[in-house]
This record gives sequence, C-alpha cells and structure tokens, in this order.
Amino acid sequence: MKARVFVTLKPGVLDPQGKAIHHALEGLGFAGVQDVRAGKLIELELAEGTSDDEIAEMCRKLLANTVIENFKIERLAAA
Amino acid sequence: MKSAVLVFPGSNCDRDLAVAVEQVTGRAPAMVWHRTSELPDGTDFIAIPGGFSYGDYLRSGAMAARSPIMGAVAEAAGRGVPVLGVCNGFQVLTEAGLLPGALMRNAGLHFVCRPVGLKVENSQSIFTSAYQSGEEISVPVAHHDGNYQADAETLDRLEGEGRIAFRYTGEVNGSARSIAGILNAQGNVLGMMPHPERALEPAHGNTDGRRLFEGLLEAVS
Repeated sequence: MKARVFVTLKPGVLDPQGKAIHHALEGLGFAGVQDVRAGKLIELELAEGTSDDEIAEMCRKLLANTVIENFKIERLAAA
Repeated sequence: MKSAVLVFPGSNCDRDLAVAVEQVTGRAPAMVWHRTSELPDGTDFIAIPGGFSYGDYLRSGAMAARSPIMGAVAEAAGRGVPVLGVCNGFQVLTEAGLLPGALMRNAGLHFVCRPVGLKVENSQSIFTSAYQSGEEISVPVAHHDGNYQADAETLDRLEGEGRIAFRYTGEVNGSARSIAGILNAQGNVLGMMPHPERALEPAHGNTDGRRLFEGLLEAVS
C-alpha cells in the first residue's frame, strides 16, 4: 500500500525558495507566473491496514514541522 | 562544571564547543554520541553544536531532534539543567519542541558567514549574566537556515517575558524582530544562531563570546 504526503508551507510563511524559483521562471521569459510556493512530496510504502491516523501521526511527529508547515495525505490505489 | 557536548553525524562545531568549554571551565566535556539514550551522571551543562546533522535532511535539525539522546536532553532540561544550542543546535532545539518557532532558509537565500553585531537584550539569564543589557557585541554567524520565524502571538510572548536573549543589530537573515537567540520559559535553554565558541580568544579576532561561558560557569557552580 502506498501513500503520498504533501508538505507545504503554511499560507503567509515566507518562502524564499519559492521566490527564487519565481524569479528564475521570469528570467526564462515565463511572464504569467503570479506566485510560486515550494513544498515536498514524500512517498511512503506501507504495510496493509496502516490507518490514516497512523500516517497523520508520522506527519505530526516528523515529516512536517507544524509550526510552519501543513501536510496532506493521499492514499494511492493498489496497482 | 560537568559538561556534555552532543555529537550527531554531520556535527562540525562539536570540537570548537568542547575547546571553548574546556578553556573556560577547566574541564573537558563528555562527547556524547547521539545514539546513546543517557547523559553521563551529574551532567550540569549540555551543549548542542553547530554543523549539518544528518546532512540537513528533511529540515535542518529535524532528524537530530528525534535521535535517542534527545529524550535525555528534554528530561534534563525539564529538571533545569542548562542547555545551549548553537546554530544547528538551535535548529535541533526548535525541532525538538524545547524552544518555540522555526529556523527557515535565510531571506536572502545566501549562506551568511561573517561577524555580526548583536545586542544583548536580556542580561538576567544564566547564559548572559556576564553581559550588560543593551550591550553590543560581535559574534560570527555561519548559516543558511537562520531566519527565525514564529507566529505573532509567540513573538509577543517572547518579547513580553524577556526571552529574546540576543538581537541582530543589522539585517542578517530575515529573522522576525531581528531575533538571534531565544530562551525557554524557565530560562535554562538558550538557542542562538551566532557562534560564541568562535569568539573566545584573541586569535579569533574577538573575545565577545567568552563571557557567555564564563557567566554560565559562575551561574552553575
């Protein structure tokens, strides 16, 4: 069983990395970019039956720093 | 004073910190590997060094904050044992929840490595008692993730409770309210981005960091 965890900066938290990417896109001539926020995607290979609560606990304890980051869990259907 | 310096894979200021502690206290600290879950008996000062623990994987300090030794550090901190985190050590303390807020990528995106001016905001703590309140000192920084951020309520609380130990006197990394170092509520845990151990003897070009260790020694003994 697979799950994906998306870790993103909370709204309002300054994202210097996103800003740099934004500038680089503009430098390449992409004019329509309004804003860029960078985050992380973490893929987990999990034992069958791992609950949403357990995954959320992994996020709170390690994968995300909830002072500055939000997380979203997405389960992937078995192939 | 019986000191301990923690060592994580990727720590690189552990020896500097050990030399500083030994020079000031006259006793070499125990170097404590992160995999052990206990501190030496009678440890009365814990120092968490700078560096790039675990290669800064996931977030600076994130992995180190969950390593076995940190349970013992939290327990000791709860008993009032002084804990100093410098640079990556500050990041580890925020990740471990022993200090509020988070240290993010420098606002200018550059690694900043130079002496910076600091204003001593609180000279009442065990770490800063050898300084005068409002005194300006110079201490080197060397970091990529030193941009201190917390929500407005937390920042107000830090200010109101006198828990901002040091502030930058100029722009360094984008830190909220120019915060360079903060204390926990009990005042026995200090995290700071500047490196006092690198301003210890005349050969360093400046000895402004020395009084931090001298004041602590006096407070502890």
